[in-house]
Amino acid sequence: MTLDEIVKRPGCWIAPTGPLSDIVISSRIRLARNVAGFPFLSRATHTQRRELAELIRDRLNGAATNGRFSYVDLDQTDELDCQVLVERHLVSRQLVEAKGARGVSISEDQSTAVMVNEEDHLRMHVVRGGLQLEDLWSAINQLDDAIESHLDFAFHPRYGYLTACPTNVGTGIRVSVMLHLPALKLTGEIERVLRAAKDMNLAVRGLFGEGTEATGDFFQVSNQVTIGRTESDIVNEFRTVIVPRIVDYERLARQALLDEKSRALDDRIFRSYGTLRHARTISSEETLLHLSHLRLGVHIGRIKDISIDTLNQLFLETQPAHLQKSHGGRLTGEQRSAARADLIRKRLGTK
Amino acid sequence: MPQSCQACHQNPASVHLTEIEPGGEKRERHLCEACADREGVTPKPVNVLAQLSAFVQSGKGISQQIAGLTCPQCKLTFVEFRNNGLLGCPTDYDAFEKALAPLIERAHHGASHHVGKTPKRLGLQRSPDGDLIRLRRELTRAVDDERFEEAARIRDTIRSMEAT
Repeated sequence: MTLDEIVKRPGCWIAPTGPLSDIVISSRIRLARNVAGFPFLSRATHTQRRELAELIRDRLNGAATNGRFSYVDLDQTDELDCQVLVERHLVSRQLVEAKGARGVSISEDQSTAVMVNEEDHLRMHVVRGGLQLEDLWSAINQLDDAIESHLDFAFHPRYGYLTACPTNVGTGIRVSVMLHLPALKLTGEIERVLRAAKDMNLAVRGLFGEGTEATGDFFQVSNQVTIGRTESDIVNEFRTVIVPRIVDYERLARQALLDEKSRALDDRIFRSYGTLRHARTISSEETLLHLSHLRLGVHIGRIKDISIDTLNQLFLETQPAHLQKSHGGRLTGEQRSAARADLIRKRLGTK
Repeated sequence: MPQSCQACHQNPASVHLTEIEPGGEKRERHLCEACADREGVTPKPVNVLAQLSAFVQSGKGISQQIAGLTCPQCKLTFVEFRNNGLLGCPTDYDAFEKALAPLIERAHHGASHHVGKTPKRLGLQRSPDGDLIRLRRELTRAVDDERFEEAARIRDTIRSMEAT
């Protein structure tokens, strides 16, 4: 699979399937690993970086993934393509913005990726739509075993898997779920949820994880404690306690809005629908806000003529790099806003 | 109005204890000095400030001994690590252990012992017995050093390992 093919086809996780997918957009698990015998990247020379990238690439291309993954050398990749990978959540902004030998190995269905030479030598992750953490843990555990049988990882008897930043040490695991919480946001209850999450040592971030603000109605909740607990423990707490609890809160808030403020809620949903159906120019931020309201409207049965599939597709396609890619080249901010509005109207069936 | 002693219910309570139950539940007790003495729980003065000042945010506040730590492998100094948050190589975890362990505990809700997956090909399959021996030794050391919160955590880990 070439980079072009990857860029042209969206990943499987945007399909609106999976348990609780009305509220849980996607679940993701990543593991951080470093190759034994090499310094971490902040102390690695150019030569060592290159050696590491080549060593890991060869092992990944070889037996570790049975050749089913495609390796993308980001040092040789066009900036726009890099941005598409970021918008797809296949790589982090940090990896794209770094210098020197680095890359990403991507599975055919784009559910799995291994970043090479990010903050750690390897950052592998798997993602699925809805809440599917048990499957994800089993998948990433197998991938880790497969890679580990071809590479020695830095491991310490007390501290476990060693990472460049001690906040990831031990299991190197980060479990995260992307949640759509428009009703909690509208009722203002979200503040309480965020405080409770903080008390449980959870991080709450925005759409693109680390370094992005939790703005709008989308929240990424993830663990911060990575040592002193087993991976299954951490995964199970998300699966059986954290996510179900937040989902219940959101459902209650949705019901409360329907019971008490149904007119105001409808007004918001249909104004958003109107804007998206008729706007001639629209920013990505405004798009996100209205798509969120529309998604809520579809899930509570207020809007019946749009599928969640269409909306998920729009979330992806209206992002700046995706827009430019489908246009076939660079666009200014103004041109993007126009192209975005045109695309949305086309998808929603208006002219 | 000051809280009265929970034992004699007469004198004002001046000794405030936080006990950590297995499982992390906290239990608070408030006693007067006389009752605390009788129960043998009079606190010894612990110089918390001195301990804290060793780990203040900038390199300036770090004690000479810790500031001088340098990794023999990658030559990173502890001060450099504190300034950018990233370690230089796996050996740093041992070279900086004294200064790093408390930081790891602070970032991970008090934990600094890995209990998760271990690499299969490492050859040194972790034996649960070995872990228990090591943890019991650390428990004794933590109690000796009066690091009671850590001791409580190690004790809980030992109990949960013994239970499985």
